[in-house]
Amino acid sequence: MVYHILVKPASYEYHRAHDLEHALELLGELGEDAKPLAGGQSLVPMMNFRLARPSALIDLARLDELRYLRPVGDGLRIGALTTHRTVETATLPGGFGVLSRAARWIGHYPIRSRGTIGGSLAHGDATAEWCVLAVLLDARIVLRGPRGQRTVPAAEFFHGFLSTAAEPGELITEVVFPSPAPRAALTEFAQRQGDFGLVVVAVALETEGGHCRAARVAAGGVGSAAQRLPAVEQALAGAELTERAFAEAARAGVAELEPPEDIHASAGYRRTLTATLLRRACLEAGA
Amino acid sequence: MHDPHLITITVNGTEHEVLTESRHTLADLLRELGYTGTHLGCEHGICGACTVLVDGVPARGCLVFGVQADGREVRTVEGLADGGELSDLQRAFAEHHGLQCGFCTPGFLMLAEAFLAENPAPTRAEIREVVASNLCRCTGYQGIVDAIEDVAGKRAGAADTGTSRP
Repeated sequence: MVYHILVKPASYEYHRAHDLEHALELLGELGEDAKPLAGGQSLVPMMNFRLARPSALIDLARLDELRYLRPVGDGLRIGALTTHRTVETATLPGGFGVLSRAARWIGHYPIRSRGTIGGSLAHGDATAEWCVLAVLLDARIVLRGPRGQRTVPAAEFFHGFLSTAAEPGELITEVVFPSPAPRAALTEFAQRQGDFGLVVVAVALETEGGHCRAARVAAGGVGSAAQRLPAVEQALAGAELTERAFAEAARAGVAELEPPEDIHASAGYRRTLTATLLRRACLEAGA
Repeated sequence: MHDPHLITITVNGTEHEVLTESRHTLADLLRELGYTGTHLGCEHGICGACTVLVDGVPARGCLVFGVQADGREVRTVEGLADGGELSDLQRAFAEHHGLQCGFCTPGFLMLAEAFLAENPAPTRAEIREVVASNLCRCTGYQGIVDAIEDVAGKRAGAADTGTSRP
């Protein structure tokens, strides 16, 4: 059957990888303009807009070896092809519930059902929930490439607007969350549910007798990549676990932020929104 | 591997062998095969009109290339009715005014079909969260939520009394 239809994406060569070794081989052979295709929930829209015009796609769908959630010591290893929905609905080891709760914020149900954690990290959107959580919880991103395997801490992985430490020929195979975060929360605000958050924040608190002993804070939408917010962390250290104390620390901590400005929100709005979301996230985490 | 690709795809139980170009989406491919119930709206993953099930999992048909569906089982809106008999979900959409112009309806039906299979007893809040996946410009969503809630309740009732699902 031959048919002629109008199409959105530019042409590309489709390749199907049988396993990880085959995928790496294809990535090496096909060169820099070839892209791995996981769930396709970020890459395919970009192709439909022709913002992305890969010469070839390497379909990873058959790599079942990269779909898993495995406890390792105190930590949790997640295979790159694990879908958001799998993390959302999984029974995770104690202290990792924040991953499931955060996954609910990702896009919509059909998108969560196909989109993968590895794909989201590789895309590196500043407001992607996994990018913010990876930075918050010091996740380690495991890459395989022509020179073997290497592990990059999340703090060094996101380089700015949709750009990461992954080099040509490299594929994310796994993300490791090294330790549990029993008092952690992620929250965000978007104009419509399921849209990219204007701002996404996540906090992990360590508490002691009604006080916050130490806090880790990360945010997306306040810079070109997901990032820690050290000023907020300092302001939260020693704070009481009350809404008022959280609100004060958040307000003080965001004062120096210089978020981007666009048609959706001014920098000032994003700064105020960040403080509001931080208060909510702290309340959820500290509860 | 160069275009076109010869793939085998099962749609609503019928196997098709078809040549497809790599950049053609699953939604395009389905329509070319005659399954024109799958509607294309935005073609970049926002509106959900092209929602179909791939191996039981809901997917935007515009964000999957046809060639990716090689060897997969796809369900479209044409697979819901049993012959001339509408499914309970389809009847509920009609009864609760869950559609007006009907353009978005196949996507909503497939979305709800997948969701109820996974979560047979959802809360109204959960239904509202799920229908936010797709865009409807006519109904204001109220009727769609009512329809899905009604079907969930009726299926649960049927399961309780031991009668089979319609």
